[in-house]
Amino acid sequence: MNTNAQVAQYASFAEISPAALRRHGAWDAVLRNATRSAALTVLIVLGGVIVALVNGSLPALRHYGLGFLTSTAWNPVTEKFGALPAVYGTVVTSLIAMLIGIPVSLGVAIFITELCPVWLKRPIGTAIELLAGIPSIIYGIWGLFVLAPFLQRDVQPLLISAFAPVPLLSHLFAGPPYGIGVLTAGIILSIMVLPYITSVTRDVFETVPAVLKESAYGLGCTTWEVVRNVVLPYTRVGVIGGIMLGLGRALGETMAVTFVIGNAHKIASSILAPGTTISATIANEFSEAEGDLYTSSLILLGLILFVITFIVLAAARYLLLRLETQAKA
Amino acid sequence: MKAPKTIWRSLVAGAALSVPAAFAADISGAGATFPYPIYSKWAAAYKDKSGIGLNYQSIGSGGGIKQIKAKTVTFGASDKPLEAKELDEAGLTQFPAIVGGVVPVINLKGIHPGDLVLDGPTVADIFLGKVKAWNDPEIKKLNPKLALPSTLVAVVHRSDGSGTSFLFTSYLSQNSPEWKDKVGAATAVDWPTGVGAKGNEGVAAIASQTDGAIGYVEYAYAKQNKMTFTSMVNKDGKILAPSIEAFQAAAANADWAHAPAFYLVLTNQPGAASWPITGASFILVYKKSDDAAAELEALKFYDWAFKNGQKLASDLDYVPLPASVVDLIEASWKANIADASGSPLWK
Repeated sequence: MNTNAQVAQYASFAEISPAALRRHGAWDAVLRNATRSAALTVLIVLGGVIVALVNGSLPALRHYGLGFLTSTAWNPVTEKFGALPAVYGTVVTSLIAMLIGIPVSLGVAIFITELCPVWLKRPIGTAIELLAGIPSIIYGIWGLFVLAPFLQRDVQPLLISAFAPVPLLSHLFAGPPYGIGVLTAGIILSIMVLPYITSVTRDVFETVPAVLKESAYGLGCTTWEVVRNVVLPYTRVGVIGGIMLGLGRALGETMAVTFVIGNAHKIASSILAPGTTISATIANEFSEAEGDLYTSSLILLGLILFVITFIVLAAARYLLLRLETQAKA
Repeated sequence: MKAPKTIWRSLVAGAALSVPAAFAADISGAGATFPYPIYSKWAAAYKDKSGIGLNYQSIGSGGGIKQIKAKTVTFGASDKPLEAKELDEAGLTQFPAIVGGVVPVINLKGIHPGDLVLDGPTVADIFLGKVKAWNDPEIKKLNPKLALPSTLVAVVHRSDGSGTSFLFTSYLSQNSPEWKDKVGAATAVDWPTGVGAKGNEGVAAIASQTDGAIGYVEYAYAKQNKMTFTSMVNKDGKILAPSIEAFQAAAANADWAHAPAFYLVLTNQPGAASWPITGASFILVYKKSDDAAAELEALKFYDWAFKNGQKLASDLDYVPLPASVVDLIEASWKANIADASGSPLWK
């Protein structure tokens, strides 16, 4: 606490009138309080969501216990519910999305920052950003009416016959080609996560000092060697951040997946078979769910998705932390 | 300084004009998506006539039941009737408002709408995954003259909970003990086989893209999209194609008078001309509403729709209720719905 005398003294040092100083102080307080309450709002909303999810899922938790996580049943008639098929579908579709999405995104980002002629940079960058702006329902409709028939007619029969003689893969690519299914959902998701990973990685690639890259080229490195040994090590924290952003989107994506995954509460060995994800199940069934146990089971699924997303984010944080300490050492 | 005064005047005038509108509040309802197109068409015509609008949110039957129980709307709408016990517990009463039909649709090259004949047990076996190919003896037996391919059957069902699925699975439960035992009837069930698609449009899209597919959609949807529907063998053993008349026959032949609280699923009704997978969509209101005036407006709206809305319903391929059923409904209003003083609300 400053006394008035001190305030006057400070003011005379800086040749500012005490009134102006007080005014500045008041404005600072206003700004501090406004931003703090904005930050607190986020925490309150998050806390509210967690409380609501836990509260809503209590009936199902009490009834099924932890068996909910391992049960594969989903029968609204007998009210037997389990999360495993939906969790499995969520993880597998996101995994497929990452398998396809990460190499393509990194490829695009490397091309834009290292190899692309200047006049082409803008169009490709804009195209990627437009991809992020397409609503997910459009991806869903496109997936159902364009991608699924194409996969059904031209791709899946080929995959099935090509892998039929291979021992393990024959199970992975088995069954009638429906066109929709786990693989189709994974492909759609990979397109949807592409702009997120690409734009983040492109931005961090551009932060690599030109001096570093030019020295490497000067030593006779190829472009690949520059990317591999200079750009990627310099930017790995940002790249992993971008990938996690994409993974978060893939885990939670609802509408597009609902359209193309086939919505079957089953775990099939084949990725051509229909499956389901947590968010697709909730979107499909919440509005017509009757009875407390059914509704509560759907909310419990939501809570599980929340926990999965939290684990992914926490793992990413941990990874980044380790990378940073390594870099310092 | 003249302009602000004018603004004030017009504001005051506007407020004065809007007062009468505040008295004629809109009717609010929420629920089933299946009847939404006809309710909104009726609402538009009714507003032209009476000045009273209808605010109907098609959030699904489950949502409609929840909203009327929470008293946030004047009426709830559900494709699945509530049982008398549940109605009594909540102080609700229900009545049917519109009838529609569900038809199986297929995608087989060279087979035209109505060509293929199916019956209840066969459809159940197909959806159980027991009939795997289109030239299965069970299908051949019903279609001796049709050249059926050996194409594999691809089953498509609704993935979202829906009244359409409820009617379809109710019908299968009535015709196949195995279906009743293993799967049962509900707006969403544990489907033994096939892929799930969202909405009528999703089922239609996958069925039309997949050779050998069989699914089920609302009749209006099949007709407007020129899909290949099948003929069915009904309870009386007659083969018939789906039509407005066939749905209406099922609604008329049903024994409404002896159904407590109109609890009646119209599947598998008797009568030579009755389409076997027919269903009514229901309206839920309070027996003694906190806002009797609003409920009376809702009843007036349905009374008007029953008597003047047949043409609009048929235009959209819905089936208006037969006059005999409308009389039963209005008699039940008199008997069951009371105003604050306890005397009948509907006179």
